Amino acid sequence: MINSNITLAFENCKLEKRPALLTYIVGGDPNKNTTLKILNSIAPYVDICEIGMPHNTSVADGKQIQNSSYRALKAHTKLQDVFEIVKKFKKTDSTKPVILMGYFNQILQFGENKFLQTCKSIGVDGLIVVDLPFPENKLFSDKCKKNSINFVQLVAPTTSNERLKQIIKNSHDMIYYISMLSTTGGKLKVSSKKILKNYFKIKRLGKNKNIVIGFGITEKTIKSLKAADGLVVGSQLCKAIGDSLKAHKNPTITLNKIVKSLRSKIQ
Amino acid sequence: MMKLLKGKPIIDQHDKSYMYGGKFGGNFIPETLKKPIEDLTKLFNKLRRDKKFIKERDYYFKNYVGSPTSFIKLYNLTEHLGGAQIYAKVVSEANGGAHKIYNAIVHALICKHAGKKYIIGDTGAGYAGKMLSMAAKKFGLKCKIFMGTKDMARQKPNCDAIRANGAEIIPVDSGSKTLVDAVSECMRYWVANCDTTHMCVGSTVGPNIFVKICAWSTAQISRELIVQINEEFGKVPKKLKLINCVGGGSSAIGFWNSFMDYNKNQVEFIGVEAGGPKKSKLHAAPLSNKSKIGILHGAAQYVVQDKEGQIKETHSISAGLDYPGVSPIHCFLKDVKRARYISATDEQALDAYKLVAKLEEIRPSLEPSHAFAEAIRIAPKLSKDTIIVVNSCGDAKKDKLILDKRLGKNHD
Repeated sequence: MINSNITLAFENCKLEKRPALLTYIVGGDPNKNTTLKILNSIAPYVDICEIGMPHNTSVADGKQIQNSSYRALKAHTKLQDVFEIVKKFKKTDSTKPVILMGYFNQILQFGENKFLQTCKSIGVDGLIVVDLPFPENKLFSDKCKKNSINFVQLVAPTTSNERLKQIIKNSHDMIYYISMLSTTGGKLKVSSKKILKNYFKIKRLGKNKNIVIGFGITEKTIKSLKAADGLVVGSQLCKAIGDSLKAHKNPTITLNKIVKSLRSKIQ
Repeated sequence: MMKLLKGKPIIDQHDKSYMYGGKFGGNFIPETLKKPIEDLTKLFNKLRRDKKFIKERDYYFKNYVGSPTSFIKLYNLTEHLGGAQIYAKVVSEANGGAHKIYNAIVHALICKHAGKKYIIGDTGAGYAGKMLSMAAKKFGLKCKIFMGTKDMARQKPNCDAIRANGAEIIPVDSGSKTLVDAVSECMRYWVANCDTTHMCVGSTVGPNIFVKICAWSTAQISRELIVQINEEFGKVPKKLKLINCVGGGSSAIGFWNSFMDYNKNQVEFIGVEAGGPKKSKLHAAPLSNKSKIGILHGAAQYVVQDKEGQIKETHSISAGLDYPGVSPIHCFLKDVKRARYISATDEQALDAYKLVAKLEEIRPSLEPSHAFAEAIRIAPKLSKDTIIVVNSCGDAKKDKLILDKRLGKNHD
C-alpha cells in the first residue's frame, strides 16, 4: 500500500458495493476561493477529488477542460495557488484523497523533487501526469512511491497486451483506463458494453489494482459503467462551471447538484 | 559529455528514450498515442530501408517537386556588399513554393503504405498546409489542415490554395491563434482519430518520429546542394557558411544535413531565428534568447515559456517562424556547438527583403528574409574567398498582404 487514503476510499466503496466517484475540476477555475468552496461542497458525495493544474498547451484535453484551464490562468492561478487549495481543503477533510493532474513540463519547471516534497507536505495522495507515459515515467513514479504518493498509470484502448502487462506490473494501487480514443470531454462514441469488455480484460490482468474509467462519463452515461472500481467525471463539471458563470449563477450550487445526482446514479 | 557522431545520420543520434544528447526530444505523449507512434516508427524504419520506397520518393521529388532546385550566385548583392560571395539555394522553386513539399510528399506516401485514407496536418505560414493538401490530392487522400485564425488572416493566399486543393481548413481560435495552437489542436484530433488517420507534423518538431520523418525528407535540399557546390567550386570550399532561418527548423536541418560531418571551421551553420519587432521583448527565438528547456508538443526542447512551464506567446512578422519551440535536433546542434543561432528582427527581415528584391530576381518570403538579413550583416566583413549560401526556402507571394502594408504597394 503506497497511499492509505486512496486504498481506503476504494475499500469503503467495495463495502458499499458501488464504484468510487472521482471528480475532476481545474484548480483556480474561476478563482482559488471558488475552487475551495466547490471542493468542500461536493466532497461529501465524492470518494476521490482530482484537481487539475491548469496548463495552456494541454494536448490531451478537449474544449471544456481547455476553457476551464484558460479561466484559471486568466485568474493568474499559479502552482502555488493549487497547492494552497489542497492544503486548505485537507485541513477540513484530511482523509479525502486528492489527486493532482497536469502536464510534465509544469513539474519539470517547478523542480521534480521540490514538487514532490511540496505534494507530500500538504497531503496530496496521487498524481496523474498526462504526457509522461510508461516507461518514461519509471523514475518519476519511483520517486512518487518514496513519498507515499500514488502515481496513477494510464492505459488506453490502443495499449497493447504486452504493454498492459508491464504497465500493471509497474503501477501503484490505482490505474486509470481511458474509455475511448478521444481527448477529454468527447462524446462517448463506444458502447458501455464494449468499454466494460475492455475494462474487464485489464481487470483480469490486474486483479488487485483499483482501476477507474474516465473520458466521456456524464450524468447520462455513468450508470451504465457502474461495474467498474471507480468512475471519473471531469469535463461535464468543467462545462457546468463555465455555463454557471455565463448565466451569472453560483457554480458551487450547480456543481453540488450535479455531483449529488452523479452519486445517486451509482448508489 | 554530449557529442555529435560522425558517419551516423543526425536523426538517429538519439538514445533508447529517443533523446538527443540525453536532453532533447523524446516522446512525451498521452498513452493513447503510444501505439500509433510505435506503429509509425516501425513502418518508417522499414520504408526508409526499402529500395522501392526510396525509388518512389525520388520519382516524386524529381517529377512532382521538380528537383533539383537551382543554386545561383547573387552577383548584384555580392557586389553591393563587397565581401563574401553570396549564393542562394532557391528551394522556393519547388512545386508549391517552399521546402514543405518534401515532408508532405513523404507523409502522403507513408499514409498510403499504412493503408490510411485520411491525413491531417498543422500549418503556420500555410505552406505546410498547402503542400500537404497538394500531396493529399495527388494521392487521393482526404485532408484536414489545422491553422490558427491569426495566421489564416495574414496568410490568405495559402489558405485559398489549401481549399482549392480540396482540403478542409479547421480554424483554431484558442491561445495565441497561431502555429503552436494549430499543432496542439491537430494532435488532439489525432488522439481521437488515430485508428483511421495519419498525422503529419509540419516541421522537425513533435514526438521523435515526426522529427525524423521531416528531417529525412528535407535532407533532399543538401543532397542536391553538395552536388551543386562541387560542380561550382570543384570541391567543398575552405570557408563556407550555410545560413538558414529557423522556426521549427525543418528547412535548416535539410539544408545542413549532408555537411554535418565537415569541420565547423570549414562549413559553418548559422541559424537565424525570429527576433520579433525591434525594441520589443516579444520574439520566437528560443535558441538565441536563452530560453530554458521544457516540453512542448511531446518533445523536450528550448522553449519560450514562463517560470510555471506555461508556453509563452511569441511574436514574429513571419508566421512560419512564429513558434515558441524549436526542433530537438537544433537544440542538440546548439549544445554541441556544431551550429550557432542568432535572431533577426521583423524590421531587419523586411530590410533584407527590400534589398534582395531590389538587386536580384528572387523574392524570398519573410522566413528566409531573416536568413538574408544575417548574410547581409556579415558579408561585408568577410573575405572574398568566403562563400555564403542562403537557403531561400519560401516564396514571397504568400506575404503579399504584409509586404504591401509594411513597404507600400509598389515595394518591388
